[in-house]
Amino acid sequence: MEQVAIPRRKCFVLLVLVGLTACGHRNGPRAQTLRVRGSDTMLILAQAWAEAYGQMNRRVAVEVSGGGSGQGIAALLEGAIDIANCSRNLKPEEADAAQANTGKVPQEVIVGYDALAVFVHRDNPLEEISIAQLAEIYRVGGRLSRWSDLGVRIPAGRNRIVVVNRQSSSGTYEFFREHVLANRDFALGSLDMNGSKEVVDLIASTPGAIGYSGMAFATPVVKMLRVRRKSGDPAFAPTLANVLAHHYPISRSLLIYTLAEPRAMVGEYIHWLQSPTGQQIVADSGYVPVCSGKDLAPPCGAGTN
Amino acid sequence: MRRWHQLSEVAIEALIRLCGFSATIFVLGIFVFVCREAWPLWHNDAFHLSEFLFSIQWYPTSAVSKHYGVLAMIAGTFSVTLLAMTMAVPLGLGAAIYLGEFCPSRPREILKVLVEMLAAIPSVVWGFAGLTITSRLIVRYTSADVGVNLLNGALLLALMSLPIIVSLAEDALRAVPDEYREAALALGATRWQLTWRVLLPAARHGLVAAVLLGFGRAIGETMAVLMATGHAIHLPTSVFDPVRTLTANIAAELGEAPAKSTHYQVLFLTGVLLFLVTFAVNLTAGLIIRRERRP
Amino acid sequence: MSRFAATPQTRTKLRQESAAAGLFLAMLLCLLLPLFAMIADLLWQAAPALNWQFLISSPTHGMRQGGVWPALVGTLYLVTLSLAVAAPMGVLAAVYLTEYARDTWYNRAINMAVLNLAGVPSIVHALFGLGAFVYAAQFGFSILSASLTLAIMTMPVIIASSRQALLSVPHSFREACWNLGASRWQTIRAIVLPNAVGGILTGIILQVSRAAGETAPIMFTGAVFYKAIAPGTLLPYSLDEQCMALSMHLYTLSTQTPGVDPSIPNATAVVLLALVFLVNAAAIVLRTLIRARGRR
Repeated sequence: MEQVAIPRRKCFVLLVLVGLTACGHRNGPRAQTLRVRGSDTMLILAQAWAEAYGQMNRRVAVEVSGGGSGQGIAALLEGAIDIANCSRNLKPEEADAAQANTGKVPQEVIVGYDALAVFVHRDNPLEEISIAQLAEIYRVGGRLSRWSDLGVRIPAGRNRIVVVNRQSSSGTYEFFREHVLANRDFALGSLDMNGSKEVVDLIASTPGAIGYSGMAFATPVVKMLRVRRKSGDPAFAPTLANVLAHHYPISRSLLIYTLAEPRAMVGEYIHWLQSPTGQQIVADSGYVPVCSGKDLAPPCGAGTN
Repeated sequence: MRRWHQLSEVAIEALIRLCGFSATIFVLGIFVFVCREAWPLWHNDAFHLSEFLFSIQWYPTSAVSKHYGVLAMIAGTFSVTLLAMTMAVPLGLGAAIYLGEFCPSRPREILKVLVEMLAAIPSVVWGFAGLTITSRLIVRYTSADVGVNLLNGALLLALMSLPIIVSLAEDALRAVPDEYREAALALGATRWQLTWRVLLPAARHGLVAAVLLGFGRAIGETMAVLMATGHAIHLPTSVFDPVRTLTANIAAELGEAPAKSTHYQVLFLTGVLLFLVTFAVNLTAGLIIRRERRP
Repeated sequence: MSRFAATPQTRTKLRQESAAAGLFLAMLLCLLLPLFAMIADLLWQAAPALNWQFLISSPTHGMRQGGVWPALVGTLYLVTLSLAVAAPMGVLAAVYLTEYARDTWYNRAINMAVLNLAGVPSIVHALFGLGAFVYAAQFGFSILSASLTLAIMTMPVIIASSRQALLSVPHSFREACWNLGASRWQTIRAIVLPNAVGGILTGIILQVSRAAGETAPIMFTGAVFYKAIAPGTLLPYSLDEQCMALSMHLYTLSTQTPGVDPSIPNATAVVLLALVFLVNAAAIVLRTLIRARGRR
């Protein structure tokens, strides 16, 4: 009967599509998937690695997600992913939880270094800032809330310091809290952005803003401040040289965590990340490779963090 | 042959009943599941419901002491939604009145299609527009310190809930019986007097329901407010303050909370809160419509 | 003065009327002008990047160049799979609720619950998808989890709109069938469904555009920032993998990727909007055709 042909035909078409989908993974040699999740700071680096590795090795397809170091670790603890990117160290309770959930201990590999740059608007006259001043701007009960307190005048007459922060799942957030605020809490009321790039974009369009993000996210429309460790110390800019020489006060390791005894292809991938090719990608993305100089042979232990 | 027909009939009816039950079970299961994930909080010593509802201290990952107060987010959600409604309700009702009463019929079909297209725009596109277009406009033309703020979010939410308000209000106005219109016109009323004195009071149930459903849509919006409201935890004191809403809070922190931790459970509890609020709003709208049908 | 000239009172009334018409027209324009302005701005910014290559190539150079093919395919996967689950179940559930369920208080409560669940925030669906499909059912982060989450999200609305379509079939049609001795299922199959199929299909198609545009439910269950796929494959993903999706791609391009020329996220937004508008236009055309056929 032609009156019922429509629903039946629709079902048939849907079934064919679903069948094709299921067949899709028998079409030729299926690439294995490798799941990577975690730090937003390392996201562009992870994507660049995945892109290059995918072109080199067609049997492995790397899936990359962001969400913050906390998300990567949370997923690793459940055994849902292979590699977690982190811009902070794993906490002891997280290692215990991984052991309890999956029976395996997380292993850490350093794959690069990064400087946590402090950004302000391009027209902001400020050039240098100290760790103590940053702490006063960001922490609960901090006493610096206006640009005039820092001795600068913002064009367009806006005096309030617009504090730009990261979301709490971010490793950058945790690192800043640990090393600049000495583990005290952040003040509420900052704009908590969800990605390293969002921080920079917001600062670029907001004259009175200050924020922190990885140095790889700098663009020509924002300014990076020089940071001094204590008053009286010289202030250093976040550059490759300053990070390697340990002059820049807020620099950190870029880490990847994986559960013990990973699959062979995961181990191969991690090995490739530390190879000269992988480390060249680190340098090209704007971060500091584990070893630098002309010889990028791994790992030469260029300092600890 | 007849036996086969009978058997296939029984089989199909069984399948339909099964689908009916399981679909409703899935759909109700959302509420049950979300509640179940948040349930362990009753027995958790670190968590107090009064702190949850009435404190603005939100420090779920603190190294010093953890706090789980969402008052700032509740304030954020309601302030953004209420501001959006003050913009959307008059505009929506006015547009519905125009479409229903004053507009010639050929342009009306086209305009109604345009309003439907407005409703189809995904929220991530609105969020993108809020992040790139309207926030820059706000910084340039007002005294705001930052462009991603309460006003920006309210503008987007108003544009997102307008199509619902317009189409439902127009349906409500059209449902007013023709006898009312004919009587008013026979007495010499202009279309404006007809609208203001006869149609709006007669259709008030449907109009209130339309506003409520638009309100429900605005409260539940996630991606646009995540990208465009500045995501700051404090009680807003001016329309230029950045705020954080309940939905954006969950979206920003859900992936990082380890499964079954207190943080995870608190986020699910926030989900329960949102669920209850939108459920109450939709239920009220439904009851208002039903009350109208039983005069 | 002629007997039929306007009196001062009439002139006032007519002035009030035109003022009111003008005011309401202005309100309607306040609604539509931002829409046009936004679309115009998107198109303007996206123009340098929009071409056929953009649609069929993968992102390269750290997502700063290239196209959206993996994301487009991923969205199509998610939408097709979620509708393959939600549409049959939703329509059959609507058939059950309209034709088979008796008018008891619990059936009415179920109806109301289903209708209200259509308004639940998308982030609550994401919560459910993460807890139920990714963790509890152990599907992990995958297309399967994401599609099932989208299916649960679209099912209440499909049930509601299908119910409305079924209820709009006049009861006399069913009675005529019963008088001829047909059973309930025969009636449904021969008379009710064919008459309601227009409304049912329209409802399903509108949910397609909603599933294509949603970000929060897939962000936590199966969509990723980047996944390399071999160029030119039509069916690159399998059910247990994660995928890129247009809505997620737009979100990550605008919030996570630095140094991207603004034309690329704008072009992504344009592609997503075009997809959504095309689907909605198909639904509207279908609805107009059904109405025209019904009037004949």
